[in-house]
Parts: sequence; C-alpha cells; structure tokens
Amino acid sequence: MSTSHRSTERFAAGHSAAVQTPLPQGESHLLLNNLRKHFGGQEVLKGISLAIPAGQFVAIVGHSGCGKSTLLRLLAGLEHSSAGSVRAYGEPLATQQQQSRLMFQDDRLLPWKTVLENVGLGLQGDWQEQARAVLTEVGLAHRADAWPSQLSGGQRQRVALARALIHRPRLLLLDEPLGALDALTRLDMQKLIERLWLQHQFTVVLVTHDVAEAVQLADRVIVLEQGRVGLDLPILLGRPREASCTAAATLEQRILQQILAQQAPEPVIRPSHSGVRWAL
Amino acid sequence: MSTLSVATPLRLRWQRPLTHLRRWLAPWALPLALLIGWQLAVELGWLSTRVLPAPSAVIVAGWQLTVSGELLTHLLISTQRALLGLLIGGSIGLALGLLCGLSRRSEILLDSSIQMLRTIPHLALIPLVILWFGIDEAAKVFLVALGTLFPIYLNTLHGIRSLDPGLIEMARNYGLSGWPLFRQVILPGALPSILVGLRFSLGLMWLTLIVSETISASSGIGYLAMNAREFLQTDVVVLTIVLYALLGKLADSTARLLERRWLRWHPVYLKEHQG
Repeated sequence: MSTSHRSTERFAAGHSAAVQTPLPQGESHLLLNNLRKHFGGQEVLKGISLAIPAGQFVAIVGHSGCGKSTLLRLLAGLEHSSAGSVRAYGEPLATQQQQSRLMFQDDRLLPWKTVLENVGLGLQGDWQEQARAVLTEVGLAHRADAWPSQLSGGQRQRVALARALIHRPRLLLLDEPLGALDALTRLDMQKLIERLWLQHQFTVVLVTHDVAEAVQLADRVIVLEQGRVGLDLPILLGRPREASCTAAATLEQRILQQILAQQAPEPVIRPSHSGVRWAL
Repeated sequence: MSTLSVATPLRLRWQRPLTHLRRWLAPWALPLALLIGWQLAVELGWLSTRVLPAPSAVIVAGWQLTVSGELLTHLLISTQRALLGLLIGGSIGLALGLLCGLSRRSEILLDSSIQMLRTIPHLALIPLVILWFGIDEAAKVFLVALGTLFPIYLNTLHGIRSLDPGLIEMARNYGLSGWPLFRQVILPGALPSILVGLRFSLGLMWLTLIVSETISASSGIGYLAMNAREFLQTDVVVLTIVLYALLGKLADSTARLLERRWLRWHPVYLKEHQG
C-alpha cells in the first residue's frame, strides 16, 4: 500500500520537474493484467499478465502471428484491449500516452519535411536547438537540412529514433525497427539503441523476430506463443555484450528451442491499419 | 599514349558547349523549318493568303494590334475571365475534394452526385447558360468554373485517398490532430496530386474560354478571332490561335514552376536539381 503511494508521488515529482528521474529497479513501470484482444472471432492475445520494471529492456519474440505486434500496438495506444488492463505507474495507460513513443518498422518520416523538421514534429516553440542536439546524439547533425529521400535506410531509422527521443519518453516501443536494415547497419543501430538506453534509462519494449538481437540487447526475453507467454527468460549477461560468447549462444539456443517446439500458427488475417478510415 | 590523354580533355572542352547548344536548339529545328517552308509557300504563290497568311503577315498584324492597344485590351479581358473562372471552380473543387476526402459521410452524400455531373460535357450546357446569363460575362466565367472544377475535385480526393495511412498513424501517435495534422501531413501529402489536377484544369480553362468566347462575346481573344473572320482577316485569325497557344504554354509553365517550388522535397525534383 505504502509502496504504491510512494511510486505515484515520485512520478508526480518527476513529471512536474520535466526531468526524468530514473526509478529504482524493481518498481513496476508497466503492469499488464490478463490482457486480451480479439479481432472478430479470432483471439490474438489470450490473457497476458506481465510486470515490467522501470528502465528494463524487454524483448518480445515469437512466430509471426503470435500477437507480438498487437501487444505492442496495445501498449502504444493504437489498439484497445478487448479485456484486461494495462497500467503504467499505477495509472490507466491512456493517461500516460505522452510518456511513450513508438518506433515503427518503416521509418515513417514525412518526405516533405527536412530531417530537422521531422525530428521536431509535433513540438511547439523553440524546438530547433533541441532537435539539433538529439540529431547529434544519433550522429546525424550534419544531415539536418537534408530531405528524407536523400538518406539511406539506416540513416532514416536513426532520424526516426531521434524523433522518438526528443520527447524524452519514459517508455520506448520498438516494432522491429531494424528488420529492414542490412546486417552491418543493424549492428550499428543495436549499439546506438543500447547506448542511448543506458544513457537515458527509459523502459524499452522491443518486438523482434531476431533471437540473437533479443539476447544481444534485452534484460529479459519473452516468447509469445499463440497469444500467451510461453517463456519469460532473464538475460543475465554483463554489458557491453559480445555477440558470439558461449553464454549468449546457450540462451539463444534455449529460446529457439522454445519457439521451434511450437508449431507455427495458421496465418491469421489481421485487419491492417490501411482498412481504418480516419477523419479530422 | 600520353599525347592522347592530354588531347582528349582539350577536345572535350570545346565539345561540351557545342553539344549543349545543339541539345538546346534541337527541339526548335522542326518548328523553324516549318515556318520557313510556310513563308516560302505563300511567297511563291502555292498557298492562297485566303487559306493561310504568311507568318510575316501574322507578325505584322500582331504588331499593328499591339500598337493600337486593341490586343492588350482583349488579352486582359480574356485572361481575367479565365483566371476568375479558375479561381471559383478551383476553390469549389478543392473544397469539395477535401470535404469528401476527409469525411466518409460527406463522400457518401456528395461523391456520386458530383461524379454524375462530371460525366456531362460542360460545353453541352452552353445553350442553357446563354438562356440563364445571356451573353454576359457571368456566362463565360460560369462555364470556365464548371470546366475547371472537376479535375481539381477528382485529384484532391485521389491525393487524400492515396496518402500513406502509416504516416497518419505516426502523426497521431506523435500528438498531431486537427488543423496541425491537416496542415503538416494531409495537405502536403495530397499536394502532388492536387497540382496534377491544376494542370488539367488549366488546359480546360483555355479550351472552355475559347469556345464560349467564339460563340458569344463582344470582347476577348475569341471575339477578336470571330470579328476577323467576318472581314476575312486570316492573319488576325491565325494570330489569335498563336496567342492561345502561348497562353496555354504560359499557364502550363506556371504550374510546373509551382510544382518545382512546392514539391522540391520530391525525389523527382531532387534528382533534377542535382543532375
């Protein structure tokens, strides 16, 4: 009782000061309680319960169609759950939407805005200085005035990362952001994400189909199996991590076994977002 | 070997401006040859001036009308009608396109009616328009507005419809909604398509104006042409045709300029800029 009271107090203080005060490990950032989601008659998430401590790096892996992207979209507020609840710092998730930022698989930069303007999207007042600072953090300050179409795929994803980071989110949601990149660019991006996470100490939920990437980056790997948590494995490796050490290989093996033991689910036809009509 | 490597850049230095000039002149070669042939044909008596006046005669007629101030008056009146019609028709088309693109309800309510009206050739309305407005200014402006409305409507609607929904979703996730979402995401995304609509409309604008001015007018380029026909002034008739061609080209170039300016982020124009 007293702990929950203290955590809200701490959160309120951090919020008003506009500076992120890292919460001690162990205090829950996200609390998922028996979360369910169905599209029509198809149940995609069948009761997910998880506690994610503040500052933790969580990777979610699984077959395509296992519900991992849906789970992330729920956390981002792009979908609404059919049953169950998500609470962030004890509050309903909907009230915390400004605290979280989502990075998509495709960069989704606006082609008619310069790199700098893309980073400052949705900001008011004197944001240019801040945008330049964040671009420096991702190593793209010299491309501030370029158009997105003049950048490479990796650079575009770095701009997308900068656009997410400028809001100083407490929760960063990554929806296979490195899936479309080549192997070398992917390694660079992994290092960049890890460095920025260590520096800013936000909570990360990463959806990926790359088990090696999950073990490389995360504190904890969750395997989703047909809408349920099949495995919840802590990754107790020191940082910085080496890609090919035996401990990592053993963990990868363990996760892969879990995934491959499951039969791939039948392809689920999920309503894509293109079917959604939007209006002002 | 060494002499060759020195000689080549020297030759290139002379060749480059030459090829450049040649490339620039090439598109004009055929029209120029035609003009010369035409002039010769008239001077040698192969072509009656009743059928076609010599190009020189057209230039003389143009000069005389310019000096008398007649040409400018008619030109201004025609341009005014054209632009006023485009402004009215284009604004209505744009507004309807945005309305139907952004709201499902408006689309259900309006789109099929607009599509039905669109299939009527607007020039078929001329008799009715004369009955309504007489041969007043309003008749011509109305026809031009009607002609320019639909291309802009269709392309605005198409532009909004073909926007990447992922961008909208992203913008909403980043806190944009209402006017900022429209201003920063929807409008710039639909702009390439809207400008295509504008170019179609500009073509239809002159076409409609020519027809309506030829049928009933007491001023404007169309009137100039019809008046000249009564007095068998073929040189003035040809002059008006040339004028329409120039005005059409001018309108198209303006639209291109707008595209280059507003769509400078577009990969097509970026490449053009670099190369």
